[in-house]
Amino acid sequence: MRKIFDFHGGIHPPENKHQSVRTPIADAGIPPELVIPLSQHIGAPAVPSVAVGERVLKGQVIAQPRGFVSVPKHAPSSGTVSAIEDRLIPHPSGHSAPCIVIATDGQDEWIAHSGTPDYRQLDKAALLEKIRCAGIAGMGGAGFPSAVKLSIQPHHTIQTLIINGTECEPYITADDILMRERAQQIIAGAQILAHLIEPGETLIGVEDNKPEGIAALRAAASGTDIEVVEFPTKYPSGGEKQLIEILTGKQVPSGGLPADVGVVCQNLGSTVAIHDAIVEGRPLISRVTTVTGNSVREPQNFQVLIGTPMRYLLDRAGYEPARGNRLIMGGPMMGFTVPDDRVPVVKTTNCLLAPTEEELPTPPPAQACIRCGMCAEACPVSLLPQQLFWFAQGKEHEKLEQHNLFDCIECGACSYVCPSNIPLVQYYRASKAEIQQQRRDHEKAEHSRQRFEARQERLERAEREKEEKRAARKRAAEEKARQAGGDGEEDPIQAAIERARAKKAVQQAGGGESELEKLEKAVVSARKRLETASAKLAEAQAQGSDLVDALQTGVDKTRGKLEAAEKALQDYQASDSAAAQDAAQPGDAAQAAIEKAMAARAAEASLSPQEKARKDLKKLEQRLQKSRDKLAASRESGEEEKIIEALEATVTRLQDKVEEARIAVQDAEEA
Amino acid sequence: MIETLTQYPLLAALLALVGMAAVFGAVLGFAAIRFRTEGNPIVDQINDILPQTQCGQCGYPGCKPYAEAIANGEAINKCPPGGEAGIQALADLLDQEFVPLDEEHGEEDPRPAMAFIREDECIGCTKCIQACPVDAILGAAKQMHTVIASECTGCDLCVEPCPVDCIDMIREEESLQNWHWQLPDPVSRKVEIIATDNPDARDRAA
Repeated sequence: MRKIFDFHGGIHPPENKHQSVRTPIADAGIPPELVIPLSQHIGAPAVPSVAVGERVLKGQVIAQPRGFVSVPKHAPSSGTVSAIEDRLIPHPSGHSAPCIVIATDGQDEWIAHSGTPDYRQLDKAALLEKIRCAGIAGMGGAGFPSAVKLSIQPHHTIQTLIINGTECEPYITADDILMRERAQQIIAGAQILAHLIEPGETLIGVEDNKPEGIAALRAAASGTDIEVVEFPTKYPSGGEKQLIEILTGKQVPSGGLPADVGVVCQNLGSTVAIHDAIVEGRPLISRVTTVTGNSVREPQNFQVLIGTPMRYLLDRAGYEPARGNRLIMGGPMMGFTVPDDRVPVVKTTNCLLAPTEEELPTPPPAQACIRCGMCAEACPVSLLPQQLFWFAQGKEHEKLEQHNLFDCIECGACSYVCPSNIPLVQYYRASKAEIQQQRRDHEKAEHSRQRFEARQERLERAEREKEEKRAARKRAAEEKARQAGGDGEEDPIQAAIERARAKKAVQQAGGGESELEKLEKAVVSARKRLETASAKLAEAQAQGSDLVDALQTGVDKTRGKLEAAEKALQDYQASDSAAAQDAAQPGDAAQAAIEKAMAARAAEASLSPQEKARKDLKKLEQRLQKSRDKLAASRESGEEEKIIEALEATVTRLQDKVEEARIAVQDAEEA
Repeated sequence: MIETLTQYPLLAALLALVGMAAVFGAVLGFAAIRFRTEGNPIVDQINDILPQTQCGQCGYPGCKPYAEAIANGEAINKCPPGGEAGIQALADLLDQEFVPLDEEHGEEDPRPAMAFIREDECIGCTKCIQACPVDAILGAAKQMHTVIASECTGCDLCVEPCPVDCIDMIREEESLQNWHWQLPDPVSRKVEIIATDNPDARDRAA
């Protein structure tokens, strides 16, 4: 006989299990409509792989897993996909989520499938893949994908595999009835798991309030190395960590996994599902669900298709909605009220509880905590619920974490024993959610801070680089200027002047030629313009446009211009030829001028100083006379004052000069 | 030497004390230089509490400058995104009295917002990209821009520079993904925990 351990705390609520095990598992049948939520498990929701209007067969994959922690969804019966839309799902929030809706055709036609009874031939990875592809997620409550849970990390060695057949919550008998009716499949499933995990021992833990189930299991397990362990009933011994402590005496460390102490736990329902998936090739499309409570006439267990609306299932058990006060998915301790009775049965729906008001009265209002300490005695994880309650009220999140709030399994034992009816678990759930939200916010803030700082740094760097470039350009310009100064500061200016001069010289040299060209060009362009204008005029005349007159004047003008241009060209050519004739004897004219000048000089040189002075005087007197005449003429014709003034100044200046010349003449004569 | 010391115990004590003072002084002096803390640790702690939206509603160009200002005596109630919880955390850290949020700088919105660019209307001017303090907007000149949802802090700074007014601030609605349990209303009879087939409670109700 195995040594059985005990865990701290725990309670003994009324079991209420007998109502639903009087009859064998009934088939719930095929409802007209199946609603399959895409997320029935922990992890990423599956992605639909069928289209609206498509016919699907029973067992066909209708949604593919996304990511590692995810499982596919299968059509629970044959029919047509009538919608993929948001529907209410069984969730305490009452929110909707994407669902695939199948209108069943009642034929229940299977897709081709085959099992692998000889699973020992398969390697572990293939077995795990089969489990994952069968859409198996923990059927006890949380819905963690089984394949992930069974993927043992290499650094963990598993001594014990535990199949959890505890079912400690009141009212629920889904696992109990499985043990009674399908003990063979449970044992076979446990053997598959044992093959997969290779533990030192395989245990099936069952509370002692299920003697028939235990007997059936023991009968089925005889001859195998699987041990069925019976232990005293106490809530919540079905909690994973509690069950491990009961069976092995080991405590899973806070925040750790069962694998850390060498244990793997699987739910009994999941074990059967794994057996069906491997041996018969049937994916998880139906499950055993307990329908119980005083507002159903015939409480019993049903084999129900996933996606069956709860109302349909309840009606099969004789539901009387008028008697019930609410509808609970799960048990009375950890279950939650579903928002509507049309929500579908999902993979984690182990029980539907439809109690009457007398059976599960609405809780009376919470009263003040009297610090009785009963909650601390009941707590299966040895927490201090009343302390946590105070901290939760005061939102002292740090203190809550210091008091290991996250070890709380939300079993509800503290709320159950509380004489003040304080909904303690709700405080803990809210606080946990708030702390997790804060952690996420803090992570996001940290991320934002890093991005902000990175951006600041980038901007600063860009500014710095710009500044450096500017400085480099400035330096380069200065350097160049200095070099230019060494060669001769005004070099570029000088060069420009030289260039301009050269240009001018070229123009002067070829001046005549370019003038001729210009005139020729002018003639050509004027002719062209005249042609286009005439063409336009002709066109306008043909069309009888209003513009004829305007165009006519335009043509006349252009013709005038052309004539002027032609005349200018002819004049130029004529003058050019004349100039060429002049240039034929340039030597003679220049010679004559030179001779004239030389003769004048010779004459001048032969003159005496007196004569010279007299001659100068005479010249000046002539100039003076001329100026005076000019002045008189200007005055008469009423010229501008400025001109008259200028002429007066000239006359005065010439008078002075004449005086000087006279003196010079007198000096010369005296000499 | 030793004889003198044994003869004058006072001198020995003096020497010992002076020697110890010198040794410890040297050790402390070395430690002060060797383990000098970079920056102002209190600023980092304050900055850690601030929500890092970089929205500038406090009047400072980012959370870090406001953290520095708080360290120099600025009021702690100027951060609307941080809200009451943020002020409470700052008050605890700085050992100050809790003061309600200064309404002048904005109101606390419990639902986080996120910028959304109506992409058909975007003209690709990059003004919002330049305004974003955390580089959460993707795009290029004359190309459509879009907000990287996971990086957006909801600071609102991109809305104003948009010349065609195509940026909306979308408040997050409660959904299945962000739903969580709320603390029970202490006076309400409606509680979500079921553990009520407690015989005592049943007797009382009956």
